[in-house]
Amino acid sequence: MLQDLLILMRAELMLILIIFLLLFLKLGSASLRNETVMNMVNGLLLVVLALGFLVKDSGMIFGNMFRTDDLLRLEKNMLTLGTLIISLQSYQWLKKHDQAMEFYLLMLSTLLGMFFMLSAANLLMFYLGLELSTIPLAAMVNFDFNKKQSSEAGFKMIVSSAFASGLLLFGISWLYGTTGTIDFSGLAASLDGSPLQLFAFITLVAGFGFKISAVPFHLWTADVYEGAPVPVTSYLSVISKGAVLFVFTSVLYSVFHAMGTVWYNMIFIIAVATMITGNLFALRQDNLKRFLAFSSIAQVGFMLVGISGQSREGAAALIFFVLIYIFSNLAAFGVITLVSSASGRERISDYRGFYQSNPALTWILAIALFSLAGIPPTAGFFGKFFLILAGAGKGNWLLITIAALNMIISLYYYLRIIKAMFMEHNASPLAKVDIPFSPRIALAICVAGILITGLYSGAYQYIYQLLS
Amino acid sequence: MVSISHILLLSTALFFIGMYGLFTRRNMIAMLMSIELILNSININFVAFNKYLWPGRLDGIFFTIFIITIAAAEAAIAIAIIINLYRSQLSIDAEDATELKY
Repeated sequence: MLQDLLILMRAELMLILIIFLLLFLKLGSASLRNETVMNMVNGLLLVVLALGFLVKDSGMIFGNMFRTDDLLRLEKNMLTLGTLIISLQSYQWLKKHDQAMEFYLLMLSTLLGMFFMLSAANLLMFYLGLELSTIPLAAMVNFDFNKKQSSEAGFKMIVSSAFASGLLLFGISWLYGTTGTIDFSGLAASLDGSPLQLFAFITLVAGFGFKISAVPFHLWTADVYEGAPVPVTSYLSVISKGAVLFVFTSVLYSVFHAMGTVWYNMIFIIAVATMITGNLFALRQDNLKRFLAFSSIAQVGFMLVGISGQSREGAAALIFFVLIYIFSNLAAFGVITLVSSASGRERISDYRGFYQSNPALTWILAIALFSLAGIPPTAGFFGKFFLILAGAGKGNWLLITIAALNMIISLYYYLRIIKAMFMEHNASPLAKVDIPFSPRIALAICVAGILITGLYSGAYQYIYQLLS
Repeated sequence: MVSISHILLLSTALFFIGMYGLFTRRNMIAMLMSIELILNSININFVAFNKYLWPGRLDGIFFTIFIITIAAAEAAIAIAIIINLYRSQLSIDAEDATELKY
């Protein structure tokens, strides 16, 4: 039993150890320099990542509330890698911050919550993981204490996420009432599609929709992304969204398998609305963080197209796309973090003539944007290709046509930034930004990830083979 | 004898009252209170289902206890954020938090 616990939960236990270590260091009034804390946490996160790759095993513990297998471990490793990249990127910002240790406490708590949420085999465990991963996030959003924007964003985040979890719980309570069980396997066996269960399912999807910011539940996204500090924005848009998408897919595919046609229609409408709204609003943004917020809404729309495929290909394409999305979005956010902490500028118009002063960063941002737009040599193309291919499996050509048209619209706004950086001449461009060691590694990992997953298809094959 | 439909009527009404309050109240503390109403209506749901329909196991009661705990954590963070916001804008009216808009 103890051995099972130690092996199956090793990543979670390691994270808990790090959290307590930080807590005791903080309480023990040891005056560590921020750099020391950051290097220590980065090293320990690397250990978590390595532990995830070590032993292969699967099983269930805690009275079948916690399950783990190779696929879940892969997903957790992706999230850990993303967190590590963000932690490396936030070096410049965190170095000057007084509360670096608290920042890591909150960030690792949310990561722990996501791990538990992914591993949940029971609605109670799932709910606890979800809350552990959202409540500290609201505190992280409010981490620029003396900026009003940041507190405002934090308030919007906590209210909308509390409302979303209220909706989710309302759905869960009705599901419990109609089936008498909160185990995923028990639920899957006893769902019969009665009207009450449909109602419960709709509120459940609404709750999920808030967390992944699908239209019509997306209104908080842009405000929160703009107000939060840049590293937190990247964490929100990549890691927390990715984790909820993984769980959403597995819940739809395994628990609500019996209600396939119902949720296909819902996902169809939500996907179309999400893609169109995200794209149209992204067209008119000038703040880069806001722009990336709407672009990430549009990307969620594409992911929903993949989910709607209801096949093994659909799940594999989603996981593959989230991997690519981690690399591309974090590369873009890495550049923005560096520029924002050096000069405080976040508008697209500030980036005019960026190539004159920072050729290397311009290229990184350009590769990231090409990947987000889905242009062939980069990984984003294959990600979107597999998503749309999976969506086409159902033979709904309307959905595929709309998705393809939206990809073309999205090219316009991604290329607009690239044009501003490369082609427009600016008499006084942004000053040269120097890249310290840690962000340099993070950006290198991201660019390598974008190019390697683009040119080598092993990752998709591997994920596909894990989904049995 | 109170039947389960009475209790469910109460909890559903409470849920939508909370939702209405969340959408119409402009005072941040009142919005938080509305969220508490929503969560409490769910607690009533769970306890009622557990008692009337599935008395054999304690799943519903456990869920309720965890919801109460988490609601407290949520309120703690939310109030901390509201205090922080109050420091910069000297009011807790949601209409005054207008820095982030389209």
